[in-house]
Amino acid sequence: MDKVIASVDEAVADIPDGAVIAVPGFFACGVPRDLLQAIIRKGIKDLTLTCGCGPLLGAADELTKLVKNGQLKKVVDSYGLFRSASKGMEDPFEQAVRAGKIEFEVYPMGTMAEKYRAGGAGIPAFYTPTGVGSVIEESVVTNIEANRVPKETRMIDGKKYVLEYALRPDYALVHAYIGDREGNLQYAKTARNFNHVMATAAKVTIAEVENLVEPGEIDGDDVQTPGIYVHRVVKVGRPQFAITID
Amino acid sequence: MSKKVKIRGLSRELIALRVANELEDGTYVNLGIGIPTLISDWIEGRDITLQSEVGMLKTGPLAVGEEIDQDLINASCQAVTALPGSSYFDISESFGMIRGGHIDVAVMGALQINDKGDYAGWSNPARGLFVGNIGGSMDLVAGAKKLFIAMEHTTRDGDYKVVKELSYPATAMGMVSMLFTDLAVIEITPKGMVLKEVFSGLTAKDIQSVTEPKLIVSPDLTEIQL
Repeated sequence: MDKVIASVDEAVADIPDGAVIAVPGFFACGVPRDLLQAIIRKGIKDLTLTCGCGPLLGAADELTKLVKNGQLKKVVDSYGLFRSASKGMEDPFEQAVRAGKIEFEVYPMGTMAEKYRAGGAGIPAFYTPTGVGSVIEESVVTNIEANRVPKETRMIDGKKYVLEYALRPDYALVHAYIGDREGNLQYAKTARNFNHVMATAAKVTIAEVENLVEPGEIDGDDVQTPGIYVHRVVKVGRPQFAITID
Repeated sequence: MSKKVKIRGLSRELIALRVANELEDGTYVNLGIGIPTLISDWIEGRDITLQSEVGMLKTGPLAVGEEIDQDLINASCQAVTALPGSSYFDISESFGMIRGGHIDVAVMGALQINDKGDYAGWSNPARGLFVGNIGGSMDLVAGAKKLFIAMEHTTRDGDYKVVKELSYPATAMGMVSMLFTDLAVIEITPKGMVLKEVFSGLTAKDIQSVTEPKLIVSPDLTEIQL
């Protein structure tokens, strides 16, 4: 099954306004920058971007364009604000969150990871100890007060757990070091981060790959995301970026 | 709150050294952003394995010059190196490892801590936002066998960070076992905070003056052991 698409623009051509899109990356590392730029060029509106650990701080230029173009409805993440409060005040994303123009919903990072894992594995929700003793166990944590839906908790063997729901985004845009034509992927070092688990969770996964190879060139033992999870493969260049979030 | 005189103590680097001395060989340790990250400079050559929640075990020292690899970072988004025996894994594996109780010690920064071992670190209300950066902190405190806090003893203005009641949103309740600051080493026990070590030249009374809850002074009180 050849899944190769000629360009990132063709790969995102069918994504409609209002789509929910998973964006992997741990700050600057492992972010699908070329696909994000295609989303910006296409001008898709009312987007919900579900992240894991600040890929939009790592790809700050892309985030600023998405905000200034009015393309974002909502962002879900564990870490999406600049550490520096003064820098945050000047950040268009934070300004839009303060004004209630963009919703920003937050979860602990491991809960984000498990939301995707569960979503990809057919588990609708799960109990976790993470967040017990904080506002996380009380309600959804979001800047939009009306959306702070109460969460359920339960005692299991004398310990309190909070119920969190799986995530099944419409699309995942992932970045791999090597991909073959059939969608088998291999990542580089810590650039794997949220890429694999998001690929399993999304209804449609689009992979940008730095190196495109023929089936068999990635040894079966080295495949980290089997092709069954990947629907489109597009070759991109080696990304250029600064390793920073400040 | 009235402005107090800020007492000078250990540098951030030396707070990190004091925590490093507390870590035992043969342990798996996760370091949070801020002062905890600096601990990695003091454990080179020791049998301590660092876990980075980005998805790496046996994280090496910071990368310099040609060692820098854009695909190899720690959880603070710094370029790092690998060591013989390093491994990489995906994020749900990483947090399964954390939540599943496999990490011996997590060292985190904090904005406030109280004498019951509750601490606040993910959101400063002064920023005026209900949302904030949680990152991996709540997973680490839920899963690590021991939780240490490393922080400055007071705010820049000299206000209490070691408080009776948290006024900032909590990260976790009752999980902290040891507190390391620029002025003191404090153990959190069911009876309260036990002052074990003080910065050279200071007395227990000096530490109490910048600490809101009542301290129990250890009979074996010493200078901070560096």
